Amino acid sequence: MAQNLNPIPPDRFLWEEKLPGGCHWSGILRRGHALRLTDLAGRANVSALFYNAEEKLERYNMADTLKAQHTAHLTAGHALYSDMGHVLCSIIQDTCGWHDTVCGTSNAAMVRAKYGESSYQTHSNAMYRNGRDGLLIELGKWGLSKRDVVPNVNFFSKVVADDAGVLYFVETDARAGAYLDLRFEMNVLVVLSAAPHPLDPRPDYAPGDVMLTAWKAGAPEPDDLCRNHCPENQRGFYQTEILYR
Amino acid sequence: MSTFNLVESPLEPKHAVYDAIVEAGDYWIHPIRKGQVFRILDLEGNQAVDTLFYNLHDPEERYSAADTVRAQGALYLTAGTRLMSSEGNVMLTLTADTCGRHDTLGGACSCESNTVRYALDKRPMHACRDSFLLALAHWDGEGSTGPMTKRDITSNINFFMNVPVTPEGGLSFADGVSAPGKYVEMRAEMDVLCLISNCPQLNNPCNAYNPTPIRVLIWEQN
Repeated sequence: MAQNLNPIPPDRFLWEEKLPGGCHWSGILRRGHALRLTDLAGRANVSALFYNAEEKLERYNMADTLKAQHTAHLTAGHALYSDMGHVLCSIIQDTCGWHDTVCGTSNAAMVRAKYGESSYQTHSNAMYRNGRDGLLIELGKWGLSKRDVVPNVNFFSKVVADDAGVLYFVETDARAGAYLDLRFEMNVLVVLSAAPHPLDPRPDYAPGDVMLTAWKAGAPEPDDLCRNHCPENQRGFYQTEILYR
Repeated sequence: MSTFNLVESPLEPKHAVYDAIVEAGDYWIHPIRKGQVFRILDLEGNQAVDTLFYNLHDPEERYSAADTVRAQGALYLTAGTRLMSSEGNVMLTLTADTCGRHDTLGGACSCESNTVRYALDKRPMHACRDSFLLALAHWDGEGSTGPMTKRDITSNINFFMNVPVTPEGGLSFADGVSAPGKYVEMRAEMDVLCLISNCPQLNNPCNAYNPTPIRVLIWEQN
């Protein structure tokens, strides 16, 4: 697959940081900023939660996101909605085509049962980390806790359902360099864990590293792909813009 | 469409220890104790019943749509489904189901999402998340959960609602598969608090454009 179709213009670059596989991260991305997530080795999963940085009771809402856009997966053109009818961020580019948002994260018991014991005492920073604990650690840094965990996005992971609703994890090896660009339409607290997807059937614990690259994308233009994806998004973008007038 | 696994219950309403009607657009909040059996009856058909569960003694542990889907490796809820908590514990087990398929991806309608989905002037219409907030505003915890707020409103179950997902990843709100008299029944595996909004949505077919009452019943363990 051709990668890096659109290099980030150097004059718009803000910062870059590697998120090692399994590890967790949080930070604020402001309206008009964009975050590129790059799957460096081709086996990444990034569990993500999003909160309005100023009113953290407003947060990513899986159901509202899916219902507004009549989709059960996320890709370019889609907006990620809060529970308040606002667009937290939108996917302006995507070389993957499918990101899961219905399967949640792994937890400590699942990781232990699937991959075995691997504590800090025995494995130092190579210990096996799980998605839920990674998110809880980062949430705690912002005064949030278990009550604030909602269904998350799993970037880079594809899970399809058959007619009976049975789920199948689709392995996406051999696409090192795959990326997506999230443009932030609000000032947003971003919380990430790069632990393995909970339905990843591969027996070894080997979550891929991710590069986070922030840059200035600017506010969406009238002809924006995500704004015009559907009439619902036109209303969602309008309601978001009036917050910043 | 796949064949549904319909399972009937032997329990008779005359033996129930609790039996109430929840009008369309109302909320219902009530404890269900470990071992009790809880039934929701769709009285007039195609009524979406937006439902949340909490550990009655520690509401930080609550129903988790994602853990339920992940644990059974499938999207739809029916007889045999274990409703999982955010801590990975089984909260309730679906023991009978004469409808055959229930949703947990579609969430609860809200004034705010109605403005996005339908039109900006839909904001004043009654919605499930307003019912959840009103229920919690009047809920004092009664020595169990303690007070609860919007932070406790997370992704819910929509009993009797049909939200098919296609293999291509599309999602739609289809006509209901429920009908008058269909029910779903579940056994509590821990003491839980149940919070229901009997959905008032008029903008899509989830209630057949006609929200109607439901009946809720509880039996002691046999």
